[in-house]
Amino acid sequence: MSAIASDLPHSHFPARWAVTLALLAIAYVGVPLLGSSYLFEAILLPFLALSLAGVGLNILTGYAGQVSLGSAAFMAVGAFAAYNFNLRVDGLPLIASIVLAGFAAAAIGLVFGLPSLRLKGFYLAVSTLAAQFFVQWALTKFSWFSNDSASGVIDAPALSVAGFVFEGPVGRYYFALNVVAALTFLSYRLVNSQTGRNFIAVRDNETAARIIGVQVLKTKLLAFAVSSFIMGIAGVLWAFAYLRTVEPAGFNLDRSFQILFIVIIGGLASIRGAFFGAALIVVFPLLLSRLGSFLLGDVFDSGVLDMTQRIVLGVLIILFLILEPDGLVALWHRVRKRIGTALRRSRSQ
Amino acid sequence: MADFDWLFFIEVLVGGLLSGVMYSLVAIGFVLIYKTSGVLNFAQGAMLLFAALTFVSLTERGISFPLAFIITFGVMVFLGVAIERTVLRPLTNKPPITLFMATLGLSYVIEGAAQLLWGTQIHGLDLGIEDLPFDVGGVYISQFDIFAAVVAAGMVALLSLFFRYTRIGLGFRAVADDQFAAIAVGLRLPWIWATVWAAAGVVALVAGLLWSARVGVQFSLSLIVLKALPVLVLGGFDSILGAIVGGLLIGASEKLAEVYIGEYFGGGIEGWFAYVIALAFLLVRPSGLFGQKLVERV
Amino acid sequence: MHAMTFAFGGLGSAPFPPDVQEHLVGLDRSSRADETPSSDAATNENSVLDLVGVRLSFGGVVALSDIDLSVGRGEILAIIGPNGAGKSSIINVISGVYRPDRGRVRLSGRDHTQVPTQALARHGVARTFQNLALFRGLSVLDNVVAGRAYRTRSSFIGQIAGSGQARAEQVDARDRAARVLGFLHLSHVGDRLAGTLPYGLQKRVELARALVAEPKILLLDEPMAGMTATEKNEMADFVRAARDTLGTTVVLIEHDIGVVMGLSDRVVVLDYGRKIADGTPDEVQANQRVIDAYLGVAPENDDGEGI
Repeated sequence: MSAIASDLPHSHFPARWAVTLALLAIAYVGVPLLGSSYLFEAILLPFLALSLAGVGLNILTGYAGQVSLGSAAFMAVGAFAAYNFNLRVDGLPLIASIVLAGFAAAAIGLVFGLPSLRLKGFYLAVSTLAAQFFVQWALTKFSWFSNDSASGVIDAPALSVAGFVFEGPVGRYYFALNVVAALTFLSYRLVNSQTGRNFIAVRDNETAARIIGVQVLKTKLLAFAVSSFIMGIAGVLWAFAYLRTVEPAGFNLDRSFQILFIVIIGGLASIRGAFFGAALIVVFPLLLSRLGSFLLGDVFDSGVLDMTQRIVLGVLIILFLILEPDGLVALWHRVRKRIGTALRRSRSQ
Repeated sequence: MADFDWLFFIEVLVGGLLSGVMYSLVAIGFVLIYKTSGVLNFAQGAMLLFAALTFVSLTERGISFPLAFIITFGVMVFLGVAIERTVLRPLTNKPPITLFMATLGLSYVIEGAAQLLWGTQIHGLDLGIEDLPFDVGGVYISQFDIFAAVVAAGMVALLSLFFRYTRIGLGFRAVADDQFAAIAVGLRLPWIWATVWAAAGVVALVAGLLWSARVGVQFSLSLIVLKALPVLVLGGFDSILGAIVGGLLIGASEKLAEVYIGEYFGGGIEGWFAYVIALAFLLVRPSGLFGQKLVERV
Repeated sequence: MHAMTFAFGGLGSAPFPPDVQEHLVGLDRSSRADETPSSDAATNENSVLDLVGVRLSFGGVVALSDIDLSVGRGEILAIIGPNGAGKSSIINVISGVYRPDRGRVRLSGRDHTQVPTQALARHGVARTFQNLALFRGLSVLDNVVAGRAYRTRSSFIGQIAGSGQARAEQVDARDRAARVLGFLHLSHVGDRLAGTLPYGLQKRVELARALVAEPKILLLDEPMAGMTATEKNEMADFVRAARDTLGTTVVLIEHDIGVVMGLSDRVVVLDYGRKIADGTPDEVQANQRVIDAYLGVAPENDDGEGI
C-alpha cells in the first residue's frame, strides 16, 4: 500500500490525450451504433456507475490512504438524497438535485470521516463500517426517505435535463456517460494538483507530510468529502440510470466490498484503474455463468453460480494482492510496453 | 424512578453479559492471529461458518457428535495451516492493510466453498442443552447462556495453559512481543504462524457450534464477524483480556440500549449501536481498552 | 485566506506570512524580553533556536535530561553521541514530534512547550528523518514540489479549475523544485518514483525536499547514515553550500566523527540524555569526558565509524 505509483508522469501529453479522445469517441459514437440493449442494460450502465464509485473510493483509499469499508453507504445517501430533493423541492432541475445529493453525501462522508483524525489503519476501517450499518438502518427505518412507499422500493424519476429527456437504455447510457466523463476529468485534475500531492503525502508518510506544512487533518477530511461526493453521484447513477429504482438493500456491505475490490483489482491510486476494475467485476460474472452453463449444463444453477462467483472473486483478489499488487493498470502498462517493443522490433527488421 | 424494575434490569444486564460472551468467543479468534502476525483476519467469520456447516453436515450423515467433532477439528486445523501456507506466506512483509484485504478475499472463498460443498439450506443444531430459563434469586437466566459462558471460560483457560506451558506457546508469546528478536533466537515463525492459524480454526469451531445452536447453521453466521469487530476495536486488537471485557461491555450495553432506548429509535439499532459505543470510546482512547500504544519512531 | 491559514499557526504565532516575519525577527526579539524576562540565562543574543531545560522520558526511561542548547544564525551544529544518547530525540523535540515533559523550545524568538508541527514549515524550520521518509508514490520532482506545501494558498477548487493563483503557485513550486534538484545534482532522476531510487539518492532527495522550503533552520537526522565515503563527502559539501548560499542554520546528527569535525562549526556531545560537551570541534576532541564516553564505549573502534 505504501509504494503505489500514481498515474504516470506527465510526459507524452499529446499521446495520452489522443488515447482518451479515441476512447471517448468510441464511447459516444461507436458503442451506441453497434451495441444491443442488453449491452447497455446489463453491462455498460452498471459499469459506468461502479467505475465512478471506484474513482471516488480510489481518491480516499488509493490516494489519501484511508481505507473505507462503507462506500455503499455514501452511494445510498446520494441516491436517496437525489430522489428526495427531486420529489420535495418543486421546480428544482434534476441536475441540481443530483449536485445537491453529492453535497449531502459529502456532508455525511465528512461526519463519518471525523474518526480518521484520531484513528488509523484497522481501527479506521472498522469505524467506516459504522457508516455502512447506520445509513442502511436509517434508510430502511424511516419510511420518509422512501416517501412512505410500502415496499421501500421506489421508481426513479425521468432523466430530464433542460427539457431533454434521456430515455431508453441508450439515453440513460448517454446520461451516465456524460456524468462519469465530467467527474472523471475533474478527479484527474484533482489528483494531479497540489491537493492530490497532499493526499499521497498523507498516505505515504503522515509525519513527514505534517512537517512540510500539509494540513493533515484538513486533507483527510477533504479526501472523505470529495470521495463521498463522487460516490454519492455514483449512487444516483446506479439507482436512476441503471436500476431505475431506489432501494436501500442494493447498497449493502457486499456492494461496499465490491467497490473496494474494484479499486484493488484495477489498481490503487489510479483513476484508470477504477475503470479496469469495474469492467472486470461487471463482466466476469456474466462470463462465468455462460462458461458454467456451457460446461456443466443443468448442474450449474443460480445457487451454484452464486457460490462459484464468490470463490472466483475471492481467489482473484488474493492472486492480485500476491502477484500484481498494483492491479490491472500495472498489467496493462507492461503489456503495452511489450507490444511497443515488439512493434518497434518488427518495424526495424 | 420509584417504579424502576431493578429485577428486570438485572435480568437484561445478565442476559446482555452472557450474549457478550458469545461475541468474545468470536473475537478471541481474531486476537490470536492479530497478536502473532499483525493480520486482522476478516475470514474468521467465514471459518466459523465453515466449521459449523461441516460439523452439522457430518452429524446429519449419521456420524456421532464426538467423531464429527474430531473430524471437524482436523479439518479446521488443516484449513488454518493451508491458509497460512497459500495466502499469508506469499504476502509476508506486506503492509497490514494488504493482508487484511487478502483475508477479505479469503472470506469470500471460504463462504463460497462451504456452501458449494454442503449446500445453502439452513440446518438446525441441537447440542442437547435445554434452553430453559433458570431462576437465580428471582432473576431468570438462560441455561444455554451459562453453558456458553462456561465453555468460553474453559477455552480461555486452555489457551492460557497452552501458551504458558508449551514450547509453541512460549514461541507464540515471543513472536507477539518482538518478531525480529524471535527470529534472531531461532524461532521458526512459519511453524508458529501455522499453529496459530490452526488454533484460530479450532476457536472458530467452538464458537461456530455455540452460535449455531443459538441461531441455526446458515450463511448469516459468517456475518458474526461484524459483531466481533466493534468488540475488538473496544478491547484492542491484540488483547485476549480486551476481547473478553469488550465482548461483555458490548453485549450488555447493546441489550440495555435495545430494551431501554431502542423504542425511541424505532428499534433495530443492534446493527450499529455496538459500533457507536466502540467509536465513542476510541475517541477517548485510540488504542482501545487494553491495546498497546506504540511510540512512533521517526 | 491568510487569516484562515494562520489560524492553524498555534500559540503565539504572529499573523504575518513567513516572508514578512523574517524581517520582524529583530523586532520580535526586543519585545520578547518583556514577555519572558527570566529564562534567558542559556540563550544568547544571536541565537535562532534555543532549548531551555528540556526533559523527555518514555515510560520512565529518560531520553533527555535538562538539555540547554543554543544555536546561532548560520551556524552548523553537530550533535554526536553513542547510540541511545538522545540525539534523535532532540531533533524530534525541536520539530514537535515529541512533546517534552519539561522545558521550552524557542524558535525565532517564540517560546513553545510543544512546537506545533503543522506550523513548523511556516516558522522556517525544515527537517529530514533518520529513516527514509519520502513519499514513495510520488516522483522525485513531486516530492520536492510537495516541500512547498506550506506556501499553498489556493483552494482545491481553484486547483481543479486552474485558477490564476493555483497555476502561479504550481509554476513557482516546480521552478524552485527544479532548481533545488539541479543544485543537488538530482535533475536526471526527477521523473523517477522516489521509492525506486537507491538509498543514498533518497537521502539526498529528502534534503532537497527540506531545502526547497528555504528554511531558516534545517534539522538533519543522520543525513549520511549508510552512505559510502564519497557520498558522505558529497553530502557534506551540499550541506555547507546550503548554509553558504541560503544562510540556513543547520543542526545535524551524524555518527562519522571525521565528517562531523570537518563540517561543523560547533559540536555538542550527548551521553545518556545529558549534554557532556559543547564547543568547537577541536575543543570537543580534547575534552576528557568525551574521550571517556567514546573510548569507554568502543575502544576497539579505530576509525570512529559506527559509534
